Amino acid sequence: MESSLIVTVLKMVSVVGVVLGIVTYTVLAERRICAWMQDRLGPNRVGFGGLGQPIADMLKLLFKEDVVPHHVRRVYYILAPILVLIPSIVGLSVIPWGSTLGSMQCVIADVDAGILLAFAVGSLGVYGIVLGGWASNSKYPFLGGIRSSAQLISYEVTLAMSVVPVFMQAGGLRLGGIVEYQTLHGWLVWQQPLACFIFLVSAFAETNRLPFDLPEAEQELVSGYHTEYSGMKFALFFLAEYSNMVVASALLVTMFFGGWSLPFAPFNAPATSVAVGLLHIGVFLLKVFAVLFVYIWVRWTLPRFRYDQLMHLGWKAFFPLSLANIIVTAFIMAWRAQ
Amino acid sequence: MQVDELGVYMPVGGMLIIAALLGAAMVLIPTLLGMRRTHNAVEDSPYECGMPPLEEAHARFSVKFYVTAMLFIVFDLEGVFLLGWAAVYRDLIRPVSEGGIGWPLLWGGVIFLLVLEVAHVYAWRKGVLDWAPRPRARKPALEQT
Amino acid sequence: MSTASDLYWIDSAARAQEQAEQLAGESLQGERMRINMGPQHPSTHGVLRLVLDLDGEEIVDLWPDIGYLHRGDEKIAENMTYAQFLPYTDRLDYLAPLANNVAYAYAVEKLCGLDVPPRCHYIRVIACELARISSHLLGIGALAMDVGAMTVFLYAMQEREKIYDMCEELSGARFTTSYTRIGGLSRDLRPDTFLPMLKAFMDAMPAAIDQIDGLLTRNRIFVDRTRGIGILSREDAIDLGVTGPVLRAIGVDWDLRKAHPYGAYPEFAFDVPVGTVGDCYDRYLVRMEEMRQSLRILRQASERLPGGPVNAPEAKWLLPEKRGVLTKMEELIHQFIMVTTGINAPPGEVYFSAENPKGELGFYIVSRGGGTPHRMKIRAPSFVNLQALRVMSRGHMVSDMMAILGSLDFVMGECDR
Repeated sequence: MESSLIVTVLKMVSVVGVVLGIVTYTVLAERRICAWMQDRLGPNRVGFGGLGQPIADMLKLLFKEDVVPHHVRRVYYILAPILVLIPSIVGLSVIPWGSTLGSMQCVIADVDAGILLAFAVGSLGVYGIVLGGWASNSKYPFLGGIRSSAQLISYEVTLAMSVVPVFMQAGGLRLGGIVEYQTLHGWLVWQQPLACFIFLVSAFAETNRLPFDLPEAEQELVSGYHTEYSGMKFALFFLAEYSNMVVASALLVTMFFGGWSLPFAPFNAPATSVAVGLLHIGVFLLKVFAVLFVYIWVRWTLPRFRYDQLMHLGWKAFFPLSLANIIVTAFIMAWRAQ
Repeated sequence: MQVDELGVYMPVGGMLIIAALLGAAMVLIPTLLGMRRTHNAVEDSPYECGMPPLEEAHARFSVKFYVTAMLFIVFDLEGVFLLGWAAVYRDLIRPVSEGGIGWPLLWGGVIFLLVLEVAHVYAWRKGVLDWAPRPRARKPALEQT
Repeated sequence: MSTASDLYWIDSAARAQEQAEQLAGESLQGERMRINMGPQHPSTHGVLRLVLDLDGEEIVDLWPDIGYLHRGDEKIAENMTYAQFLPYTDRLDYLAPLANNVAYAYAVEKLCGLDVPPRCHYIRVIACELARISSHLLGIGALAMDVGAMTVFLYAMQEREKIYDMCEELSGARFTTSYTRIGGLSRDLRPDTFLPMLKAFMDAMPAAIDQIDGLLTRNRIFVDRTRGIGILSREDAIDLGVTGPVLRAIGVDWDLRKAHPYGAYPEFAFDVPVGTVGDCYDRYLVRMEEMRQSLRILRQASERLPGGPVNAPEAKWLLPEKRGVLTKMEELIHQFIMVTTGINAPPGEVYFSAENPKGELGFYIVSRGGGTPHRMKIRAPSFVNLQALRVMSRGHMVSDMMAILGSLDFVMGECDR
């Protein structure tokens, strides 16, 4: 009992640490990749090839003046960025980062309702955003906050609906189980391409990424709900956004791209040795990075939707499509079972 | 066994604590390390593109947002029911002879989804899902100015 | 007690009208939020300020507020010689200074009854068309950035950089070119350096336009964001005096290069693209096609560039050669007079307008003789086009505002003068 507690705490700390590292370097990667796409250089001065940039940014933010303007609702204003950060980190706890490492499961909380927990926790993020927009007591954040609330809860629905066929096929809500199903039956993206697509697009919307970055659309609402924020509190919003991206990418990889598995040995069964376990984690992270690259790629390619178009896409296209997908999957499975 | 089922959720609580501590630390550390607070009029006024704000920022929400919230509650809760159905679907869709429920399970789900879709179509037809403003009758330009 | 909204209210007439509308029952539509957009805002293209009345996300009404970049150019012109005012024209539409220089030079030459040699006309056409491409590139890039496609903006800026290089080669300055002189040019273009640059640019530019084309024209999101947005009716546009691509997007075939040909334009074959509906998408398409047509003109101009002098033969209108000034008494006196009192323009009134990238740039000059205009009025296309903003954006959403502003493609330096 004692040792398992220590192991769990170790897992938690290392996952949070690694993900925060990934997040800060995703910011750097985004800046370098977009610069590369736009024939610019991007940050390349701090450290080797700009690799020190996240550290420099972090130090700068830590030593910046902590501005709390006079007109804001102080308590909520300070609380909001923390409330945004918490769900984005808690969501990490159900993700199977690998198969096994020795006798240890590579997931912090291997709960049966893993995906439900991820969605439930993820949807809590909207509170922080709305609170931030409201507590700023300023119009652009206010508009950004209410836009964001409507957008996030609308896409929450399509997000949940789109993955129902996955659970029907995998026969459970446990994310680890879904990966094991995929090691036996192939990646679910081949069987559920529509669900995968809807999930990916909804995840873009849920993480406020372009083409769905309306809550913080720079050309319209200046910076949306975090217009009045600066310094580390602004960085928390930023951190949460990227951390949400990591969670969404990890969920996508887990549900549709086989998680830590690859369709050949030794990646098609839970690891038997520590070395293979580490390889599994590496494979998972590589897949996550690939999805993150798609995020960045799309952001610097596409224009932004208008607000009503975004709502139409969610409610009038993706929602009925997800329902149809569920029914079709149900029929096919019933027909096969008989 | 009862204890264990709840026990698996304990790490989630742990993550909650870690996240809260992390967030609090990140908000607190700059107050200790950062520059001393200065107050000036510009810093303390709401950002409105460099102009003094025209009026209080707290207007009433448009009613559309409440409707969206209601739609969310309706459809997301039904989605949760659906997840439970989906979780057992593979095992129970087998014929009765093999210990499943068979076709009734499918029909149950389909009827549920159809009811959901009826509600969706109702909301659609009622114009709840229309966000763009209705085109207003446009007056000729010179009358407007 | 006066509140902030009273103090910053723009127009008491508009306010009275609004109150009347509220009494008439329009206020039942919901609670409105009044919000400042600009002068410090990422997409108001400089220092335009808009006061928006919002019902949710819908724009119920708006009032543009200009003048944040007002420098009194028209008054400044009354206090200096014609030649001294030329650099001020750089600062009108600062995205196309070459075209402003040319328009101003033609206006003063029309007052003085001067004609410049063919080579000068041709070089001026080259300058104007380079300016047009440069301005449209930025206009399209800014429109794309305003609807969220930032990469297009940077691709456009990259091409503009080449145009700046050519400006430097042509005039010595990249941004504020001041290239023309009254009766000629500040210097001839150098065929051995400038023409190869121009050729390389003309060869590379179609691919760059196609690249932007590929990123935007059939991009579903871009089309959805711009099609049917900010439609301006033909009657409104003509009543408001809208010109340039904004007018042509409605389908009005009005291009001063064809309608009132000036300079060497009658000698070139080019088409005037027109749109059909007059929405943001049409304005974008018109600008794209105008860039292609400008390239066509550039190609013809560079191939048929005549030889000969670039300055008018009438020596009394022009500064003398520097070598002569240093060696000859008469030349020195002439230079002294030209610099201190300027040309001796005849009394009279002229209006000359040129088809600038943004629309009709006109100079109305009242002269009472001598080297200084008595009065000068600059008809700035951005200023006139901006009047259409209110008609175009009422009833649209806040996000559409960005597409409309971007597609109007105004420059506040010119609007506020």
